[in-house]
This record gives sequence, structure tokens and C-alpha cells, in this order.
Amino acid sequence: MSVYQDAKYAVSDAACAALTPVTPDSFGQFCPRFIDGFFVTVELLVLSCALGLVIAISVAFARLSSNMFLNKAAFVYSYVFRGTPLLVQLWIMYFGLGSLGAENLGFLWPLFKEGWTIGLIVLTLNTGAYVSEILRGGLVNIPKGQMEAAVATGMSWFQSMFHIMLPQAFKIAWPAYGNEVVLLMKGSALVSTITVLDLMGQTRTVFSRSYNLEVYAYSAVLYLILAGMITLLFKFGENRMKTG
Amino acid sequence: MFELLSFGDTGWGDDLLKGVVITVQLALCSVALGFSLGLLLAITKLSSFKILRWTAEAYTLFVRGVPEFLILLLVFFGSEQLINSSLAAMGFEATVAVPKFAAAVAGLSLIFAAYSCEVFRGAYLSVPVGQMEAAEAVGMTKMQGFLHIRMPQLWRFAIPGLGNLWMVMLKDTSLAAVIALDELLRVAKVAGEATTNPLLFFITAGLIYLAMTALSDILRDKAEKSAQKGMASS
Amino acid sequence: MKLKISALATAVAVTISGMAYAQDLRIATEAAYPPFNEKNAAGEIVGFDVDIANALCAEMKRTCVIVAQDWDGIIPALVNNKYDAIVASMSITEERQKSIDFTSPYYSNYIALVAKNDSGFTMDDVTSKSIGAQRSTVASEWAEENAGSRGDVKLYDTQSAAYSDLESGRIDALVSDYLPAVDWLKANQGFGIVGDKIDINDKIGIGLRKGEDDLKAAFDKALAAIRENGTYLAISEKYFGVDIF
Repeated sequence: MSVYQDAKYAVSDAACAALTPVTPDSFGQFCPRFIDGFFVTVELLVLSCALGLVIAISVAFARLSSNMFLNKAAFVYSYVFRGTPLLVQLWIMYFGLGSLGAENLGFLWPLFKEGWTIGLIVLTLNTGAYVSEILRGGLVNIPKGQMEAAVATGMSWFQSMFHIMLPQAFKIAWPAYGNEVVLLMKGSALVSTITVLDLMGQTRTVFSRSYNLEVYAYSAVLYLILAGMITLLFKFGENRMKTG
Repeated sequence: MFELLSFGDTGWGDDLLKGVVITVQLALCSVALGFSLGLLLAITKLSSFKILRWTAEAYTLFVRGVPEFLILLLVFFGSEQLINSSLAAMGFEATVAVPKFAAAVAGLSLIFAAYSCEVFRGAYLSVPVGQMEAAEAVGMTKMQGFLHIRMPQLWRFAIPGLGNLWMVMLKDTSLAAVIALDELLRVAKVAGEATTNPLLFFITAGLIYLAMTALSDILRDKAEKSAQKGMASS
Repeated sequence: MKLKISALATAVAVTISGMAYAQDLRIATEAAYPPFNEKNAAGEIVGFDVDIANALCAEMKRTCVIVAQDWDGIIPALVNNKYDAIVASMSITEERQKSIDFTSPYYSNYIALVAKNDSGFTMDDVTSKSIGAQRSTVASEWAEENAGSRGDVKLYDTQSAAYSDLESGRIDALVSDYLPAVDWLKANQGFGIVGDKIDINDKIGIGLRKGEDDLKAAFDKALAAIRENGTYLAISEKYFGVDIF
């Protein structure tokens, strides 16, 4: 962890050494903070996207399964997480459950101790709910015959879902999924309210010392760069799918 | 434990209810202003002036790529500074304090203008071109065609998208808690701190938000159904 | 047009308040910073700041009205003439002096590190362990400067959130204003102040609109008088047991 941390800081310092001469003073002065924060935002985004996708696929399958319990549980999970504000979810976990303390939470405490882990858990569960709904939308739009044909060739329900249905659902859902990842990135800024020094957390800290509104503009530019990168990545994926 | 949620001097029930009222007011005001701005933005985007079009495009791009939270804080801290420095530039010595509610409405509606603009544009383009040609053929001017043929149908196409945005708005009002506006979430936070039982109050707030979005969900379905009346199913 | 009217109204209001000197003096406080200013169970605004304000008013032979105002709007509302003075434990800073004037200081603020008694936390641990503070406070500036670059400093939007994380053990120590920390320690066993209070040369003054020199002189004179006649000491000892000037 610490090797990784050091590497991150080294990259951030190097980036700032390169950026400081070409950026305004009010940015250069706090540059390592912005870049450190940028990395934390990217970390949270990548991890919650990956973990959220696993949850989303399982939940989307559960929503389509004939097992009533699985079906209902998946529905309730997705409905609750989509029906409440992300900020409330973060605060329930950090200030609410976290207030129970180490004695009551026992072996779960390490998960609740740091704002970062709570941020990751909540972002994962939140995006899992939205993406499961997007995938479900894709899955129900695939003609039923395909599933029946797959099962007829001897595939199990799970195999046909995974190999036949899911890839097509992704194709249908791809643009919506790309939008959701950008929304997740924007939502991740809320982890700054639970002590995480992501890009937004660093921005607010720098602002509270300088009261200079430019600080928010710099941060906005960094977020826009990230949004642009995500959009390009999804465009690239879309082209690959079309040719593939 | 649950007596904390009762109404009156000892419980926080009435405070939470006041918070709900502010949340709903905030959402309604922001939706009204945001959708009007969004419609304006959509018209701008469809205009033939390049500069106008590009400005509108750049604006939506900005809002879609920058966290709502950042925009809200920027408006909250920036609006007062902007107004007062422009007042000073015009030679007035007075300073203006922007109320938190107004700042929150401004921030949220600026965000929702960008999103609703896309919904309106999508709806506009959903009206078949043939209908407009037909309108011209029967002697309507472009403006008449727009007002009598396109606009009435625009709403039908826009309702599902706008319904979605309303629910997003309802949830996004919670961000105002961070600028200490006494809406539902902020009341829950204060109550949680005062009673040292934050879990109870945050979960209660969560359930209230859930009830509000669920209700909106039902109303949206109804609105969608009535908007589809008399329309050829696709 | 509206703007013109409101500017005019402000000008008129300023003149009126300037003319009618014997009017009630309106004093704002935050009412959320115990034991300096807070609302008691009956909803009255009480605390050290309130007692000092009342003592000063008695000395100046003026009737005072105390009003509560949220911290982040407390300066704009003063400038907009919603009240005439802020007695709310406000630090005299250069930044604030750009928009308002201050009387001479009425007490000195110190900060302190609070940690669990059995944690063995010392001043040297500031650079290696996690410390918390409220964002945009002098305490958070101290924490950031002393934890070193990329030190583990957790920043909170409210002081009470920082305290509850100290209790739950999420942070090893907390930097806060000294006297409120002492007040908090009374109700929370098992925690204590690390080392001694820290002097950051933070002076607390009464905020006034710019250019109200007569009022400033009156406050300064009254402050000197209550220092002289023991009223100040009595109030200070009532809350803190010592003279905090």
C-alpha cells in the first residue's frame, strides 16, 4: 500500500513540477493537492465501477429469475438505492452506522473506520442498483426466442444468460451505461462530506483557506477532463463492438 | 427511541416535517425555473445562430461533466461575490446577501436546465417532420406550425424524461444540506447530533425520500399514460 | 430600478440609525458555540459572549437586543444593517477586516489537541497519526501546517461531527479551540488535552460596520471600564474559573 502511495505522490509531484510553470499561481500553489485528489477520485471510480458491475449483473439476473425471493430481494435493493439520495446513503453509513462504534460493529469496524472504504462501499452499491436496472432494460429487450434456443442447445439457464443474453444486453445498454459512469463520477464528489480527500475534498479544503473562487474553476476543469476521458473510452468501446 | 420522532417540544417530528416542506418547495421552485431555462436552452440549441448554439452546447457539456455538488457550492459562494462586485462596478455601495434558499434554487435550476434541455430537444425532434410540412402545406406560417403543432405534442414526448428529472431533482435537493439550508437531510443531521442518535434520523430521512420518490414514480406513470391517450402506439 | 431603491433604502436606514443614537443596539451572535453562545433548553440565547455584551451595554447605558444569526451569513447581515454589532467569539483576521471593523480584543483564543487519555498521544504524533478538525477554522489551519504535507488530517463540516469521530476512534486526536474543548471534556470522561494549550496569537473582537467610529470608541471605553471594575473577571470566572482576557 505504501509503495503504491509513494508512487502516486511521486507521479503527482512530477505532474505538478511540469504544470506549475504553465498554470496560474493560484493553481500551482496547491497543485499537488488537486492532483492527489484527482487520483483518489479515479481510484474510487474505477473500483466502484468494477465491483458495481459484478453486483449489477447478479442483481439483473436475480430480477429475471423465477425464484420469487431472489426476485423480490433484488427489486427492493435496486428500488431503495435508486429512490434515496446518494448523500443520505453516505451519511447513514458514515455518521449513522459508524456512530455505533468499534464495540458494536465488531469485526465490521475496519470497513467503517475510514471514510474511503465507506465511500467505496456506498458508491458500489449505488451504481450497482442503477446499472442493474440498465442491464435489465437491455435483457428484456432481447427476443425471448434466443434464450429458449440457447437452452435448447443444452446450455444451462446461467450459461445462456451469461454467454448469449448478457453480451447483447451490454450492446443495447452501452450508451446508457456510459452516462451512468459519468453520473457516478459526479456523485463521487459527495464522499468529500465524509472526510475523504478526493478531488472535491481537496478543492473545498483549498477554498476554505484561500476563499478564492478560481479554486472551483480548476477543479471543474479536472472533472471535465475526467468526464471527457470516460466518454472517449465508451465511444472507443462502442466502435469496437460495432466492428467486432 | 421512537418518541424522538414525535411532534411537539420534545420530539423532532415537527422539525422533520418542516424540513420536508422546504425540500418540496426547493424541488418545485428549482424544477419550474430549471425547466423554463431548459426550454430556452433547447430553443437556443435549435437556433441558426452558430455562436448561440455553441454557447448552449458548451454550457450543457460543462454541467454534464462537473459534479452537481461543485456547481452548487460555486453558485452559493459565487453569487454573492458576483452580485456585489457588479453592484460596485455600477457605482452602488450597497451589498446584497443572497439567501441560502435562493442560492440553492439558482444552483439546482442551472443544473436541471442542462438536463431538461436535452429532454426537450429529444422531444422536439420526435415530432415527425411530415407534420410540419403538412402544417405549412395547409397555409400555416412556421411560427404557427411551431405553436399549434409542435409545442402541444412536445409535452407528450417529454413527459417520461421530465418525470425522471423530477425524481433526480428531489434527490439532489439533499445537497443543500451541505450549505446549511434547513431541508430534510440537514434537519435529520442536526437532530442526530442533538440526540446522539444519528442512525435513527438518517434512516427516517431516507425513508421519507423513498416515499417521495415512490409517490412521484406512481404519478409519473399516470401522467405518461394520460399523455399517451389518443396516440398511435409505436 | 429595484437595485436603486434598495441602495437608497440602505442609505436611508444608515442615516436613520446614525441619527437616532439612543435607539436599541442590536447585537448578533451565533448561538451555536457553547459555552460562549448557545440556546438553552428554554430557547434563550446565553453564554459568555452574551453576558459580556450585556455588561458592555449596561456600561454604555444602552438597551441591547441579542439576535441569533447563522455563522456563514453573520458578516453580510451586519454590513446590510440587520444589526449593529457581532459579539460571537469572532477572531480578528485580516480577511475580515477588509469588510468590517473590530473593537479591541475582549479575549484571547487558544487551540488544543484532544485525545483519549490512555492513547499515549503526544505532540510528536501529529505528523504520523490521524488528526481531525473543523474545516475553515484556525484549528484546521494549524492541523494542516503541523501534520506536514500529505499528513493524515480529516476535515469536518461541523465541530460535533469531529468530536463524534474522536469518540468512535476514527481519529486519534482532534484540534479545536481550547475553551470549548475544556467544556466538552467536562461531559466526556476518558479524554484529555495533549500537552498544553497552543498559542496561535488569535484575538477575539466585536465586529462593527466600517466607519462606525463612535460606536467603536464607546465599546472600547466600556470594555476598559468592565475590565477595571471587576465585572469582566466575574463573568469570566463564572464560565471558566479563570480570567481569559
